[in-house]
Amino acid sequence: MARTPDRQIEHLLRRAGFGARPDELDLYGQMSVDEIVDSLVEFQSQTDDVDGKIGKPGYVGTTTRGVFSPNSNITDARQRWLFRMVHSDRPLQEKMALFWHDHFATGYTKIAGALGATEGTRYMAAKPSEDAGGVRGQLHLFRDMALGNFRDLLTAIAKDAAMLVWLDGRTNFKAKPQENFAREIMELFTMGVGNYTEQDVYAGARVFTGWNLQRPGSAADGSQHYEFFYSAAQHDTDAKTFNFAIYPDGGRTIPARSAAAGMQDGVDLIAALVANPNTARYLAKKLFRFFVSEFRDPDESFVNRIAGVFLNTKGDMRRVMREVFLSSEFWEPRSYWARYSWPVEYVVRSLKDIGWTGFSVDAALTPLSNMGQTLFDPPDVSGWPGGPNWISSATMLARMNYASTLAGNQRFNLATASKSSGTTPRAFLSYFMDQIATSQLESGVSAEWMTYLTMTGNWTGTDAQLQAKAAGLVHLIAGSPEYQFQ
Amino acid sequence: MKVTRRQFVKGGVAAFTVTFAAPEFLSDLARAQGARSRNLVILNLSGGNDALSMLIPYNDPFYYSRRPTLAVPAGQVLQIGSDASNIALGLHPRLTGLKQIFDQGRLALVQRTGYENQTRSHFLGTDIWSTADPNNSQGFGWVGRYLDSLPSPVDALVGWNATGALPHILLAAHTAVPSIPNPATYAFASPNGGAEATAERSIATRISSHVPVNQPELALVYESAAAAMATLGRVASVATYTPSLTYPNSGLGQALRAVAGAMVRGIGTKVFYVTTGGFDTHSAQNTIAANGAYVNLMATLNDALLAFYNDLRNQGLLEDTLVLSFSEVGRRISENGSQGTDHGAASTMLVMGGRVSGGLYGTAPNLNMDPQNPTLENNAGDVHYETDFRAVYASVIDGWLGADSVKLLNGNFRKASLTFV
Repeated sequence: MARTPDRQIEHLLRRAGFGARPDELDLYGQMSVDEIVDSLVEFQSQTDDVDGKIGKPGYVGTTTRGVFSPNSNITDARQRWLFRMVHSDRPLQEKMALFWHDHFATGYTKIAGALGATEGTRYMAAKPSEDAGGVRGQLHLFRDMALGNFRDLLTAIAKDAAMLVWLDGRTNFKAKPQENFAREIMELFTMGVGNYTEQDVYAGARVFTGWNLQRPGSAADGSQHYEFFYSAAQHDTDAKTFNFAIYPDGGRTIPARSAAAGMQDGVDLIAALVANPNTARYLAKKLFRFFVSEFRDPDESFVNRIAGVFLNTKGDMRRVMREVFLSSEFWEPRSYWARYSWPVEYVVRSLKDIGWTGFSVDAALTPLSNMGQTLFDPPDVSGWPGGPNWISSATMLARMNYASTLAGNQRFNLATASKSSGTTPRAFLSYFMDQIATSQLESGVSAEWMTYLTMTGNWTGTDAQLQAKAAGLVHLIAGSPEYQFQ
Repeated sequence: MKVTRRQFVKGGVAAFTVTFAAPEFLSDLARAQGARSRNLVILNLSGGNDALSMLIPYNDPFYYSRRPTLAVPAGQVLQIGSDASNIALGLHPRLTGLKQIFDQGRLALVQRTGYENQTRSHFLGTDIWSTADPNNSQGFGWVGRYLDSLPSPVDALVGWNATGALPHILLAAHTAVPSIPNPATYAFASPNGGAEATAERSIATRISSHVPVNQPELALVYESAAAAMATLGRVASVATYTPSLTYPNSGLGQALRAVAGAMVRGIGTKVFYVTTGGFDTHSAQNTIAANGAYVNLMATLNDALLAFYNDLRNQGLLEDTLVLSFSEVGRRISENGSQGTDHGAASTMLVMGGRVSGGLYGTAPNLNMDPQNPTLENNAGDVHYETDFRAVYASVIDGWLGADSVKLLNGNFRKASLTFV
């Protein structure tokens, strides 16, 4: 059977996941690239029992305050998601969930401000099987449809309770249409700015009039919850005309319909946005920047090819992503390390590279916020600005300081694991440089690390020295500029 | 669509030049001898401020008919007189501190600022207000261009971004502005103590001081780490600042507390950037009830600016300081069905400081719904701009920063009637 070198597996898993645990390197090392990609995109064939491992020995820890409540407490929801990023055997599912969370960026703070902290967490993160009302939090929508059909996803997001609060669809009534969602579905979710006019925004707002919320269920058993409701009485029944094609024949006008049939307006508009070639290109470019490289403009051939797959399959994201990971552009040497790591990518990969036993993901939450990324709370509807915006003096300090926390926490594990290489500083440094992959080091960097190992006294190789030096060295490596890429 | 430091990186600049000039401390002695520095504080009201709820034309009947739930009753506004077009105006009732500053003649309100064909997009709007270029909003920020124009070597703390990520307005070709959201956490941690910790810090400093050649992406990371290591000490001195009064516990209040600390410590910073968000009030804007969304926005703005103003006055630094606000979009005149307001066009800018000639600049819109109403646009749906926002920038650049606005803004936007600086 074909085997794949670690270097390629790590590149693939940095992009399609959050780095590679030792067991993942072992597993995927037995397969060819095609087989790995197949396994990643067909993730439904892997069992999903990862949540059952929370709190068990052998896994990264979580910190509970009372009862662990990831469906109703946002801190615990963040911990559960980080846990899954570390330990899920479906790395691409979690990665796509993050991609969609950024794409359809919805902020917990506004939902909680409107509905309270418990309900806010519920609509962002509740697991349907654990919710008395069967609420599927937005994150689970992204997981369920991670590699589904984009039109299904866009339709589901237009009906998502958190989104209906976030972009005010719940108050989109015919007397005074609400433009917030209509603007962003065109500007950020599909075609991109420049491909629609203000008049299209106004018409779009009218299309989604009546796409509101209702609250069925019983307060007594906890099943009471908000859910999408098409309010025919609140729908604007007049025709709506756009500056781009709505129907395959080029027709630009959604016809006047009865209030009862008016929900079809939104279905028609969503279908038009998904079929619009600008959407396919907008997504193809975004996928290039997130999965292939943000250090060069998207290759035109890549954009054409990926946009073509998207259009031909009518938005089948599984087919699209398979094409991305098998593309020649993805495997070009210049695509390796050609992205700034997002803070969560940095944090989770560091756990996979350095170790997690005895560490709680709770200890990463404040550092993540200092690095500029609080899960479930992107800065605005356009998501995290990303790219070079992740890097500033403050965020570099936050990254270096997180590396310090993790390295200090892992000092005994690290010293034990490196003991057989502890005979000389050179062997010790080689061990850690093998363990923790970085982009090509600038000249002189490894010499400086050597200096660190020897500058405070003679090398003795005692346990005490190895514990201090392992922690200090790992701090320097994980805090180095070259480790901030992926 | 995001404009980021990527443009910089892609722009072909070989590498960031990191220079650490001796910090330009403005010593107490120098200050006693009359030396002044001129600090600019850029205040971003993020989300699109609804100027008609902040500066209220309380005698305009259309203000009430078009805003049945959002109009602030005339009896509640803080009246501040009439503008040049004889429109009576009042501040939002929660702006009692800004009213004091206005009465002291140190707050200027520049009405109907904007530009032709204003975008209603948050993101494009932010880019345009940041670059001061509606036609090409992908370049460096106008404040960044100003910093680039300073004689080199430029100190690593010449700018201070009080938010976590660098805003577009500070994006520069040569000048890296450190992001310091909280001076207290701007410190270098180590897993070890004593000599080991010292060794780690010294190695990290030595590594980061190296500048990678021909790798702009990597250079950005090196440069950011180097800027952090080079500024730790001076920022720590700001963290120990004890203000003359208690600042509100809001993000803006704490950011301005740090800005005042940096000024008092005289660490040499010339430009500060602070932001306060939540202005995207599409629904439940509530301008009246206690703890209403817009009331809270005004409370945050008012309490933080008042504390800053009084602290600087107590420290004798008020005359060194100018605060300039902007917001990326305006808001629609008529309220929507969600008791909120959607994105609109022209808006009002605030300029505050010890040497500001306060008052009302420009004229308020007439809110009459006649489509021919010249103060409005978009079928009388939105406020039409009267003063190009770049004219306000030009006044600040020429009159306060002492730079050349024609050069920095790529055109002559000076407007003689803007005499607030």
